[in-house]
Amino acid sequence: MAKADEAAAIITADGLQALLLAIRARGYRAIGPTVQNQAIVYDDIESVDDLPRGWTDEQDGGRYRLARRDDDALFGYSVGPQSWKKFLHAPKLRLWTAERDGENASVTPEPPPSDRLAFVGVRACEIRAIEIQDRVLVGDLYVDPHYKALRERALIVAVNCGKAGGTCFCVSMHAGPRVEQGFDLALTELLEGTEHIFLVETGSDEGRALLSQVPHRPASSREVEAREAVIEHTASSMGREMRSDDLNELLMSNLEHPRWDEVATRCLSCTNCTLVCPTCFCTSVEDASDLSGARAERWRRWDSCFTMDFSYIHGGSVRASAKSRYRQWMTHKLATWIDQFGSSGCVGCGRCITWCPVGIDITEEVRAIRGGDACAEDMQ
Amino acid sequence: MPQTLKACTPPPYPMAPSMTPVTRFIRESAEVFTFDLAPERATPFAPGQFNMLYAFGVGEIPISISGAADAPDRLTHTIRAVGPVSAALGRLKTGDQVGLRGPFGVGWPVEEAKGFDVLLIGGGIGLAPLRPAIYWLLRNRAAYGRVGVLYGARTPDDLIFVSELEEWRKTPDFQLRVAVERAGPDWTGDVGYVTPLLSKLRYDPADAIAMICGPEVMIRATALALEDAGIADSRIFVSMERNMKCAIGHCGHCQFGPLFICKDGPVHRYDRVRDLLAYREL
Repeated sequence: MAKADEAAAIITADGLQALLLAIRARGYRAIGPTVQNQAIVYDDIESVDDLPRGWTDEQDGGRYRLARRDDDALFGYSVGPQSWKKFLHAPKLRLWTAERDGENASVTPEPPPSDRLAFVGVRACEIRAIEIQDRVLVGDLYVDPHYKALRERALIVAVNCGKAGGTCFCVSMHAGPRVEQGFDLALTELLEGTEHIFLVETGSDEGRALLSQVPHRPASSREVEAREAVIEHTASSMGREMRSDDLNELLMSNLEHPRWDEVATRCLSCTNCTLVCPTCFCTSVEDASDLSGARAERWRRWDSCFTMDFSYIHGGSVRASAKSRYRQWMTHKLATWIDQFGSSGCVGCGRCITWCPVGIDITEEVRAIRGGDACAEDMQ
Repeated sequence: MPQTLKACTPPPYPMAPSMTPVTRFIRESAEVFTFDLAPERATPFAPGQFNMLYAFGVGEIPISISGAADAPDRLTHTIRAVGPVSAALGRLKTGDQVGLRGPFGVGWPVEEAKGFDVLLIGGGIGLAPLRPAIYWLLRNRAAYGRVGVLYGARTPDDLIFVSELEEWRKTPDFQLRVAVERAGPDWTGDVGYVTPLLSKLRYDPADAIAMICGPEVMIRATALALEDAGIADSRIFVSMERNMKCAIGHCGHCQFGPLFICKDGPVHRYDRVRDLLAYREL
């Protein structure tokens, strides 16, 4: 098989602890899944004891629950509400400060952070999402210096999903579950009886250097097969599916489809879907000054196309109706993103379905539009 | 292709403005004012491009450059006070500083228009982004065919660049028609929208390029009228406006279907936006 297989190594659960120590010893801030507020939340981790050992999640439209597994899996959940964009593309960031003295003012940009972040437990869909945000924030003429600084130095320890979530459809979006690229190390958690090991693939010199610092042995062919079985099982148990090859044409030729009105009767414009989405990148800026007017700051914060303010120009909002805002979000995510950045903006992680308070399901909305495709009907 | 001038090396902190002094402030009408900024470094721009202007402690808005493109040491902006930031900019005086980022975006097709008859149609404050193109045409007059400007405003009191309108009216080989929607007894010009005035201009539709800037409803009506008059949709250019927070394609606010108004526009070839313009609230 692929070259990565020949180099595949095995580490034990203790080896994973050693790996975390090695990562931290190399100056990284290790961030991984933890259990907080009854959810899987990405946060600083110090040891494997911080990981969600024995936890899994149950997900459906508008529903998320943690549940106990009958084993000690450390990565036995699918994805939580948060994505890595929380770290690379901060929810709130000061962009600059300005001082004014008489008539003269000067602006001092916020220096990019020097943190070296190590993301532990990154899923295939999440790597894809990071690559999608790369194209937006560092892939064009203008570069976001904060994102770039963090991204260039970030270490990615990926995990092949051992379980598909109830709202997962990465297979439909060709974004998983197999981790194929964009990682330094990729783990597959293998649990059999009392054996608890991780098959490790390396994807960069940094990853190889880290692995060399950890006790490991070559993977046997049986263990490589076990990894294949894990990925195959996950791929075949997706909670959702969505035909994705024609979405640009389908949605852009149905901008007046009655389904947009129907979904607008359910959509609360709450912005949850955009906040949990690992690729949604929209931001707003807030300018403020102190009371004396001598000092000012600009902050950037996540924004959402579901708010009225988002499209406000003098005289009113361009997208005043919930219908138009839902349509903007979904057509951008699935259709116009392709024109803008060469790929879909969706990775099939299912977060927007799970965290929608009324359980609006993007895959169902696409099916509804496809089912009642006005153009298709015309042709029949 | 429409004119674009982009910084060869984008700034390392593209969201940080440079504080830039106001060197001239003119009141155009009750709501509209013009000021010049003297940037620290010469700032070449193309007619139709825009800057982001920051009023200290208040906020930042996109404003098209309304001055001549052959004077890159002077950036002129003409602004209508409609919100907190534009109102704050309107309270500035000579010597005050404005935060400046830019220039951004794709401008008017002044190079592509060489050899063509050129029609420029502005509604309200929409004349301001067209003015650099008008200057360009006047200074390179021999390179173009017939030139016609249509300008519409709500009332005579809302007209901007009034003394310049008088100059342009007297300029040989330069057609200008000004219409107001509501007029008093002193008004001797046209009354109504600008679209009916198209028939008053002399141009060859088969050999003409049109540039439109104004409220979106006016853009739509004017573009339709130009098409009816026989100008190809690929030779009609429209400048569009959307909410904008970054001007560098990162904030997402200015999306219009597949387009970012900030980097794919603000000037768009009409055949590329016509279908999108047909949808409400897109």
